[in-house]
Amino acid sequence: MKQKISRRDFLKFLGLGTAGTALLEGATAIPAFASTAEDKLPTFDLGPLKIKKAKETASVCAFCGCGCGLIVYSEGDRVIHIEGDPDNPNNEGSMCSKGIALGDANTIVDKNRKRVVNNRRIMDVLYRAPGSNKWEKKDWDWALAEIAKRVKKTRDETFEEKDEKGVTVNRTQAICHIGSASCDNEENYLFQKMQRAMGVINIDHHARL
Amino acid sequence: MTNSFTDYKNGDVFLVIGANPAENHPQVMRHMGIAMATRGAKLIVADPRFTKTAAKADIYATLRPGTDIAFLYGIMNYAIQNGLYFYDYVLNYTNASFLVNPEYGFSDGLFTGFADGKYDTKTWAYQMNGDAIAKDPTLQDPRCVFQILKKHVSRYDIKTVCKITGTPEDVFKKVCDLYCSTGKPDKAGNLIYAMGITQSSHGSQNVRATAMLQLLLGNIGIAGGGVNAQRGESNVQGSTDQGILYHYLTGYLGSVNATLHPTLKDYLDKETPKTSFWSNKPKFLISMLKAWYGAKATKENDFCFDYVPKHDGKDHSHQAIFQQMSEGKIKGYFAWGQNPAVGGPNSTVARKALENLDWMVAVDLFETETASFWKAPGVNPANIKTEVFLLPTAFSYEKEGTVANSSRWIQWRWKAVEPPGKAKSDLWIAYEIFKAVRKEYQAGGKFPAPILDMVWDYDLPGHDEPDIMKIAKEMNGYTVADGATLDAFSKLKDDGSTACGVWIYAGYMFEDPVLKVPASQRRSREDKSGLGLFPKWSFAWPANRRIVYNRCSADPSGKPWDPKRMLVSWDGAQWVNNDVPDFGFKDATTGAFITPDKSAVNCYIMTTEGVGRLFAPTGCKDGPLPEHYEPVESPVNNLMSKQQNNPVAVKYKGDFAKLAPTASPDFPYIGTTHRLVEHYQSGAVTRSCPNLAELQPEMFASISPGLAKKLGVKPGDMVAVSSIRGEIKCRANVLPIIKPFKIDGKEIELIGLPWHYGFSGIATGATANDITPSVGDPNVMIPESKAFLCNVKKA
Repeated sequence: MKQKISRRDFLKFLGLGTAGTALLEGATAIPAFASTAEDKLPTFDLGPLKIKKAKETASVCAFCGCGCGLIVYSEGDRVIHIEGDPDNPNNEGSMCSKGIALGDANTIVDKNRKRVVNNRRIMDVLYRAPGSNKWEKKDWDWALAEIAKRVKKTRDETFEEKDEKGVTVNRTQAICHIGSASCDNEENYLFQKMQRAMGVINIDHHARL
Repeated sequence: MTNSFTDYKNGDVFLVIGANPAENHPQVMRHMGIAMATRGAKLIVADPRFTKTAAKADIYATLRPGTDIAFLYGIMNYAIQNGLYFYDYVLNYTNASFLVNPEYGFSDGLFTGFADGKYDTKTWAYQMNGDAIAKDPTLQDPRCVFQILKKHVSRYDIKTVCKITGTPEDVFKKVCDLYCSTGKPDKAGNLIYAMGITQSSHGSQNVRATAMLQLLLGNIGIAGGGVNAQRGESNVQGSTDQGILYHYLTGYLGSVNATLHPTLKDYLDKETPKTSFWSNKPKFLISMLKAWYGAKATKENDFCFDYVPKHDGKDHSHQAIFQQMSEGKIKGYFAWGQNPAVGGPNSTVARKALENLDWMVAVDLFETETASFWKAPGVNPANIKTEVFLLPTAFSYEKEGTVANSSRWIQWRWKAVEPPGKAKSDLWIAYEIFKAVRKEYQAGGKFPAPILDMVWDYDLPGHDEPDIMKIAKEMNGYTVADGATLDAFSKLKDDGSTACGVWIYAGYMFEDPVLKVPASQRRSREDKSGLGLFPKWSFAWPANRRIVYNRCSADPSGKPWDPKRMLVSWDGAQWVNNDVPDFGFKDATTGAFITPDKSAVNCYIMTTEGVGRLFAPTGCKDGPLPEHYEPVESPVNNLMSKQQNNPVAVKYKGDFAKLAPTASPDFPYIGTTHRLVEHYQSGAVTRSCPNLAELQPEMFASISPGLAKKLGVKPGDMVAVSSIRGEIKCRANVLPIIKPFKIDGKEIELIGLPWHYGFSGIATGATANDITPSVGDPNVMIPESKAFLCNVKKA
């Protein structure tokens, strides 16, 4: 299959190699390409496209604060490829070595060269009992109910409704919450609402460090 | 950041200090590269190591860790002595002409007001003429801020600075000449920093110094300029905006203090200034309470103000929390997407503190060192009674929601795939945990009202996930009567008629009238100004403003200092704007334009005095001006004064108290932590990703070739790096990117330690933070991880 490719496709196919160069050489890589006449663009023998059947989803990198746009290619529930989003002004298609590997957190290539779920991911609710040396698998309903009981017990045992001056303080100092700059805004908004409703004042996260 | 990454292309000179974007913020290299390639912009890098960023610099200045104030003051002194600062900007847009209390003084490292280990800030106040601040527009009065600053920084001449920082004098002079070249109306200097500036016992004052230099050179509020803090995590801007901090509620509204704010009236009276945009604070706070407590929040019950927990005025930051934990005072811990067993200071002691917990709820993608602290090497699980619930969560593309990058752009991330196995989004987990807690309290318990009355109704019929659009709308704000989504925080009221969870996010979910999507989902590359503002790509808080303080890009009469970089402009009859103006430019009721003289005297709308602060009468616990102090652990005495360290630096107790004495013979070298492009933070994700684990498989310490020779260490040999807090073993990386500093005639070695490693994952290794100190900046309690004392031996 011979075909002419767009700039976006070009970035897709070059993947990591282009990203690395673009980042280190600054602006020079992309304008040099863009200045090439349309009819002089290289052509490629593409072969079957591994991303042909894939769904494209626009996303933003999960790592540093640059906010690079990326396109997640997926088949079913597995990520099969990640590339920089050429439309996103933050990165215009380029990605660093860490960002381009973002798919690894979902799927990895196994020894049979098949894409499989990263087997280090936690895929079950795990529980470690006092003094135990191992995790036990549990279900969500059990964990949510047990966590709620722990929260209530600790909160009620340590709850300060008023301080020594009689001011309503509504707090427990025996529970803390730490995290997370890796979670979304809407998630963090719920974390702090929930913790503050329970009277938790020991709240902090990455931003402090 | 005051500016955005896409604005970097407008810069003329970049000063990168305490940041290494080539590894930690790679896109910055591309954006700086555009400016360098298209307009011949120059790059200065000041760093203890010759980093990958330094390799691309026009000038590389070596800088001993923890001496940034001396370096920045040296540039400021040079600018003032040689008349290179931007006089009109300094006169009009800073407090240079303001007169300070005659009792203010500074002597031998201490400002006036120091007693019993802390400062009384009274003598740092402005002189008043009735209700007005006394000023001297000639800038000649010895009590005016400009003269005080001039005198203060005059002690930082090139020779003195270089004795402290270890920068060669000729290099430092080149830095001064090049960076001060931006003190002109048509030049822009962009100051970029990261953790090298902040992780210090005087980190807040380091940041102050960067802002003061930018004010002096007129580099704030302009395209191509700014004070640009590179954020280290994908949403650390956003998580901070949401108030995941003990001292802030959402949108930087201060948390409630039992002594100062027993009632809503006390809070509003004490926390609402008469001037500045913060005079609207009651609208923001009451709208937040209305969002949280809905119909239960009424004027009669102070909008449920009593439901918000009140702190006791003490330190409840990360380090204080771990100290409380080590003392057995904390029983339960939500470890949510963060791994302090590797990422926090003094981590051996911190991991030990976790053993005192009754229970931990860890929410993460992989098994972190924090979740599995009970099976760390050398620990006997049988002795640890802590119950741990490890809840599997979804990764960024396995759920949807927004993240705010360093540019304050709130970008939407769409969901690509389902999370694997039984993993759930953090949103679902938080929603369900608190639903379960509410269920417990329906049967009674201590003061259940704040728990039961909190708005928590995000069920989405037919879906397992909570209704994110409803949560987002609550954050954005709406009119209570009809539920209409608000377009701006200017619509917020203090009477309970509006609800808004996060006032600075007002507008982020408002539908764009043309693109027909919520603002944060916009993907238009429209950029009519050509300045890289991209007003229709996502949404930038506040108010979709891309460059904050942009009134300062024009002179007092409203004429842009540089027409090529026009952000806002008064044409004699009206304002013509490329960016959303950061000042009152139109009367809200009549729609008439407000003439530029009004905004010229109120260009920094968030400060009570309306101008930038070269001298800060309030706000900092450790002085109205920065001053060079040595890091708490330092190999040398302070050359500037008898005051060795920040006199109000925060120290911690018990096992967290171990600190090496100045010039310790046992720990003669400077240790500093840093990151690598292949790993992210504590490595909780990246050390479990095979490609990245293979690229950076194990822990190492970078040492200079000279030290390696002296120790008989070859590249790749195992070495033991120790501090007074312990010892770690790792490979030696011997490269000339590390060179000893020449400090006042003495040669001092530097040891560089990446802090990504721990005992879990594919790529494992010793944890650098096992040997970092527990010391805090007095304003924000950030630990001093960038400068501490250590030793290295062949292992």
